[in-house]
Amino acid sequence: MPTNKPVDVVIVGFGWTGAIMAIELAQAGLNVLALERGEDASTVPNWAYPKVVDEISQSARNGLLQNLSKSTVTIRHHKDDRALPYRQIGSFKPGTGVGGAGIHWSGVHSRVMPQELRLRSHITERYGARFIAEGMSLQDWGISYEELEPHFDRFEHVCGTSGKAGNIQGRTLEGGNPFEAPRSHEFPLPPLTDPPTSALFAKATRELGYHPYPLPAANASRPYTNPYGCQLGPCNFCGFCSDYGCINYSKASPQTTILPLLYRMPNFALRTQAHVLRVNTDSTGKVATGVTYVDAQGHEIDQPAAMVVLAAFHLHNVRLMLSSGIGQPYDPDTGKGTVGRNFCYQLLNSVNLFFNQNVYINQFMGAGGVGQAIEDFYADNFDHAKLGFIGGGVIWGRQTGNGPVRGIPLPPGSPAWGSGWKAAVKENFLHTGRIESQLSNMAYRSCYLDLDPTYRDGYGTPLLRMTLNWQDNDLRMSEFFGEKLSQIGKAMGATAQSGRVLKRGDNWDTRPYQSTHINGGTAMGADPKTSVVNKYLQSWDVPNLFVLGANVFAHGIGYNPTGLVGALAYWSAANIRATYLKSPGALVRR
Amino acid sequence: MSSNDGQTSRRDFLATTLALAPLAVPLAGQSAAQSSKEEQLPNAAPAPDYPSVPDYRPSHFTPVEWAFINAACARLIPADEHGPGAVELGVPQYIDRQMGTAWADGGIWYMQGPFFAAAPEFGYQSQLTPKQQYRLGIKAIDALCQERLNKPFAALTAAQQDDILKQIEKGSLKSPDLPPAFFSGFLLRNVMEGYFGDPMYGGNKDMAAWKMIGYPGVRADYLEWVGEAKPYPYGPVSIYGKRG
Repeated sequence: MPTNKPVDVVIVGFGWTGAIMAIELAQAGLNVLALERGEDASTVPNWAYPKVVDEISQSARNGLLQNLSKSTVTIRHHKDDRALPYRQIGSFKPGTGVGGAGIHWSGVHSRVMPQELRLRSHITERYGARFIAEGMSLQDWGISYEELEPHFDRFEHVCGTSGKAGNIQGRTLEGGNPFEAPRSHEFPLPPLTDPPTSALFAKATRELGYHPYPLPAANASRPYTNPYGCQLGPCNFCGFCSDYGCINYSKASPQTTILPLLYRMPNFALRTQAHVLRVNTDSTGKVATGVTYVDAQGHEIDQPAAMVVLAAFHLHNVRLMLSSGIGQPYDPDTGKGTVGRNFCYQLLNSVNLFFNQNVYINQFMGAGGVGQAIEDFYADNFDHAKLGFIGGGVIWGRQTGNGPVRGIPLPPGSPAWGSGWKAAVKENFLHTGRIESQLSNMAYRSCYLDLDPTYRDGYGTPLLRMTLNWQDNDLRMSEFFGEKLSQIGKAMGATAQSGRVLKRGDNWDTRPYQSTHINGGTAMGADPKTSVVNKYLQSWDVPNLFVLGANVFAHGIGYNPTGLVGALAYWSAANIRATYLKSPGALVRR
Repeated sequence: MSSNDGQTSRRDFLATTLALAPLAVPLAGQSAAQSSKEEQLPNAAPAPDYPSVPDYRPSHFTPVEWAFINAACARLIPADEHGPGAVELGVPQYIDRQMGTAWADGGIWYMQGPFFAAAPEFGYQSQLTPKQQYRLGIKAIDALCQERLNKPFAALTAAQQDDILKQIEKGSLKSPDLPPAFFSGFLLRNVMEGYFGDPMYGGNKDMAAWKMIGYPGVRADYLEWVGEAKPYPYGPVSIYGKRG
């Protein structure tokens, strides 16, 4: 097999976490190579106006998403079922190419609630250990909010995030989120202008006694230069955000915030169309020697490296751990093993609000991250003692921008075609808004990832198999939020509501889009019996292997994960630079 | 609306967009990224402009299939007092042109077997590509119409056609030869795409569907309007810069 020249660090996958780790380690003087399975892309020409603002190519035909013909996953609800391939894009949208999902994301840029990182301890302290349901694999993450705070701050300043602080170093500030954990600094940019949905949401929730605040958005509200010298232009609310690359250099992405500087560094190299098959280890199995990848011509090539970083999307990181035989795969029958354990998702309830003809929402305007939100029911911000569930989430009135190919929501009972349908779309298109609740998803013994015994990808590798269904705890929570959404929708003045609220008895439906926020599978933690990586995202088994991404979450949080994923990558990089490089080896003793 | 829309031409719009684009740090010629980049630069232009034409001849569908597509489009989105119909906006042309894309051969889906019947919530589990869905779906619906009414779908009255489509939608009219996903997953979905997609794909002639619902198309610049809950005053713009 051809073998390339060894490098100091090989990074697998070149989206957010790959770009963060690459620039941080290249700045430390290391020789860094990033391998990306997709193609290179940049604002011009790939997302230049008007080419990219095309609903057919981008939304109807998944222009920026992983081509499932090359690789996908299989899905089942229960371990005794036969898993079937995720053949078409539906419930979640993995990206591909340079920038990864950091291209087609919306830009909602949250952190984490401190109590979420020690949820088992927190619940036990407040409600007693018996409050945690049988079958729930709730565990602490082995890291504190205080340790991560400087890295949240850093990532927000890299992204030029727009928002309003509610708590700076313990001081409560008017106009921000009163439930916010202490921040060291104000957001780098002020909040975006509220579109009509968000303005109505803020007014209604305030009148209901809740505490609306502007959702943090990695969509720039002003011109901005970040710490790497990369510049962002102000968002113009074009309405093409989620599913689209930004025409305007406004949405933070690796391309707009990191790559311009990284590409100038002579000790960094990028190889695209390089699909990594496995991480190689030496005869002890305790030292990674590099990776093997397939190039564009189908040749298998060995890339030796002193250090390996898995920075692909969740699905591919977990599959690489399993197909490389690193760590012990999780066994749902015995509860032993860690790789694949704590696989979680997120529950999204989405309610369309229909207003009278004199109320103009203009849903075609908007930005991915713009909106008003409340956290009165986030995590354990409210008393769960009598509710019978653990967890919570954000409720928001976002206006993300929507066009007719992406689907025109209609009031209940509207026909799907014909003259009646036409009358309904004409009447409603300009007068429809949407509110949502995005909810945590606890970890369960019965929800996990492993390799599929039947289906393979185009490279002959077994597909990752998802075994996951909604559980009683989370569906009870969802029903609770359904009532809140309905109450808020009425208070906003909606004359009709339609949409999806998950209820007890509902199974995970893989068809309609709900969230790309899949997580867990290589959980971080303090105990190697229940986690795959330590608090520095370093493999317990192979200390020169670091694993980034939402796959290190120990359970599904209610927030959008990118802020935490980025902060964890900065935290890991900072510790590699400060400690690991001086003395390579385990940063935490087993 | 175009007569009083002198404020924002596409040229002005492009100039504004370019002015907003920051002078990002240029990419370095010496970076390893550059060499692969050169080879992979995609065409910066949008897809070719194929607006609806009156004398269009289908390149994929047979005459019998073409008659069905046109008849079905006329019922799914009829011309009526609310606005233009799918046929006059070129939706059949859109669908025929889509048959020439990778999507039509299942090129963006995982299409490896084995295939198993499954609960609906596991999504598409058929081995049929979009092209095959249309071929089998049209043949099966025409056969059902022949069997019941002695005519193919296209030769039925509008009321009969509506009745057939409603029964298929509800699932009360079935045939072992009719793929269950055909009506909602392909025909109806593609009709909506063609009706509301950019005119360069062959449907939505003169952006008439956008005008009907008040959608400004790809203007994509609402900074000064987003904070106001008011009617947006300008007509639509298409990807090729035409104004409606």
